[in-house]
Amino acid sequence: MIRVFINGLGNVSPQETALSGGGVSPSPAFMDTPRCYETNRMKCIDPDYKAFIPAEQIRRMSRIIKMGIAAARLCMNDAAAGHDPALQNPANPDAIITGTGLGCLEDTEKFLTSMIKNREEFLTPTSFIQSTHNTVAGQIALLLKCHNYNFTYVHRGISFESALIDAMTQMQSGEITSALAGGTDELTSGSFEIMSRLGYWKKKPISTLGLLDDHQRGTIAGEGASFFYLENEQRDSSYAELKGVTTFRKPALNLEISIRLHKFLARHDLVAGNIDLVLAGLNGDPRSDRLYRDFLGSDFPNTPVACFKHLCGDYSTATAFAMWLASMMLKSQTVPEVIRLNQPPDHLRYILIYNHFRNNNHAFILLSQI
Amino acid sequence: MSKRVYITGIGIICAIGNNVAETFDSLLACRTGIGEITLLKSIHKGIIPLAEVKKSTRELLELTGNPESNSFTRTTLLGMHAAKEAVDSAGISEINQYQTGLISATTVGGMDRSEKFYADFLENPGKGRLRDVVNHDCGDSTERIAGYLGISGFVTTISTACSSSVNAIMLGANLIKTGQLDRVIAGGTDSVTAFTLNGFNTLMILDKSGCHPFDENRAGLTLGEGAAFLVLESEEIVQKENKFIIAEVSGYGNANDAFHQTASSPDGTGAFLAMSKALKMSCLAHDQVDYINVHGTGTINNDLSEGAALERIFGEQVPPFSSTKGFTGHTLGAAGAVEAVISILAINHQMIFPNLNFTTPMKELHIRPVSIGETEDALSRRGKISHVMSNSFGFGGNNSSIILSSHTPEKEQSNP
Repeated sequence: MIRVFINGLGNVSPQETALSGGGVSPSPAFMDTPRCYETNRMKCIDPDYKAFIPAEQIRRMSRIIKMGIAAARLCMNDAAAGHDPALQNPANPDAIITGTGLGCLEDTEKFLTSMIKNREEFLTPTSFIQSTHNTVAGQIALLLKCHNYNFTYVHRGISFESALIDAMTQMQSGEITSALAGGTDELTSGSFEIMSRLGYWKKKPISTLGLLDDHQRGTIAGEGASFFYLENEQRDSSYAELKGVTTFRKPALNLEISIRLHKFLARHDLVAGNIDLVLAGLNGDPRSDRLYRDFLGSDFPNTPVACFKHLCGDYSTATAFAMWLASMMLKSQTVPEVIRLNQPPDHLRYILIYNHFRNNNHAFILLSQI
Repeated sequence: MSKRVYITGIGIICAIGNNVAETFDSLLACRTGIGEITLLKSIHKGIIPLAEVKKSTRELLELTGNPESNSFTRTTLLGMHAAKEAVDSAGISEINQYQTGLISATTVGGMDRSEKFYADFLENPGKGRLRDVVNHDCGDSTERIAGYLGISGFVTTISTACSSSVNAIMLGANLIKTGQLDRVIAGGTDSVTAFTLNGFNTLMILDKSGCHPFDENRAGLTLGEGAAFLVLESEEIVQKENKFIIAEVSGYGNANDAFHQTASSPDGTGAFLAMSKALKMSCLAHDQVDYINVHGTGTINNDLSEGAALERIFGEQVPPFSSTKGFTGHTLGAAGAVEAVISILAINHQMIFPNLNFTTPMKELHIRPVSIGETEDALSRRGKISHVMSNSFGFGGNNSSIILSSHTPEKEQSNP
């Protein structure tokens, strides 16, 4: 059985994750000063993009492209720091695999708007070209001059998980030994507005760190770009081992979630009692949180639980932020106070990330300490 | 990797047919699906041709047995129809009897309805019918198709521009080979929208007279729409159920050109790498490839780059090749699966389909596609169509190649 290790991290988010370098050896205090916003819409803190992208290209790029490239580059730098420069430098991953729920919204909206306003005349191609869902993965390949495998998954709340499954599958079959995998999503005013009308977001701004205490319907919108350098070789600098990922559709009964969990854990010779911490996608929407609470209550009654969406908001690839958090925790053996929902464990060996997207798509990601 | 991946069902809907049989008839009769716009609302009607599926969205609702009040997108309905044909042709009655996944690909998703929504929304953010935008995202079409087929397990969507659906087949094959799934319904679906038509038009790569792939006087591509799906099954299912094998997935590869967001490199680096990977996995010698269904969009750039890559990899022995986009148009995210189905038809019926609208060979190349009237001759030179390569290349430098083979128990293979 091939093992998969997380050997580099890069994260652009509404927290100061990119300012401090994104990955690079977490101090136990890595989440001691979380940002709290008064809003129902969280926005990423922009790093200095000039550090990652040639200046003449930045102007034309939409936010998701810049965020994605910055996170990917941070991740590559972080991974390179863990490699002996005399040995193989991870300049070219064997695969670049991304997930995005809604893709390049800013460019899509821009082209759509000018097409409608100008009645299909006098259009320019830039926003159309960049509206393609695989733009971020393609641009990363272009900057790295990486000719290897390049895929983009676009399946709502399991887009990032699909990217991980692909990477792990190819590692198992021996096709690849390394992959740069990540999740990216951007929020635009248009998409925020439309999803507000669909009832996704809380009507009134809240204090974001108090997300789970707010009882209005809906959650808070978020965005982010998080990348992981995966390799089948363990290094001194490895953050965690990625043990497994599974996704499934619309369970008819809550019991089905439990059955899926037990099957998934059994593949790793584990039972629910072995999990030291569950990182759950609770998002403050009572309609969605009920499912988490029922599941946690029945399957993990005595297990420490933590949450993450009050730090990054809710978006299709928010579990990529969660995996960043879990990787940092496993390496530093710290559960930051700001994410705890109950007493943290003394020791972190296994973290299970559980998330569902409006009860349509469910996913488990299992990580373990090195 | 030891496991083999078999194709036991195929389904298609495109401009030349609403199912496999009709599509084959049109290929046989050299009947193009490209023509004047009849369904899409656009100012380009009468000027830029398209390869539309000749069914209105309402007719597609009827065809798939969905109620008229339904808000499914055209992309979803095309996908449902083709996926259902594939599942039926594989003789599957109980879909979840084995670990079954659905992997679909699309580039526009629900854009056809989002365009309508957005026009009203732009005037007033409180306006626009929400049911026209709620199905916008790419994953929506896949979820609907999964629901239609009753698949409850692994479902995902790939969007890598025009190579999307070959990539769906690739992931499906990988999941079967690693034993994670027993069966995968893999393919793609895309409808023509004003968004894509205008997008490609701004790039000035739409041929107003319909595409002429690999012709010296080519002037661009013609957009098409459609969906196609393959049923991929493991050796175990095939043996256990004694299933009829339509073809086998024997090799595939994806590579990135890493040259430009939309243009292909002049030497076709990405295309060369993708084809090399596919050949390597198939363990076939170069001269065992009997026919190549090329990407051949008809743009100046693609055909030059792909042609250079073909000459680079096959040298003086480039196998007979043709682009069938003169029939179906360029169906974007569905193209890889549409052309995989056409490649399978080539194997099953022992035929090479012609490259329509070809008259003048390209100056830069030594090779020319098989055109109308040359198919019999090309076929007799090969003797037999056992292995077909199909290429699909997309924006973001995304290049994919797949090799489909006839199923013979004693597969002729050279040493790797």
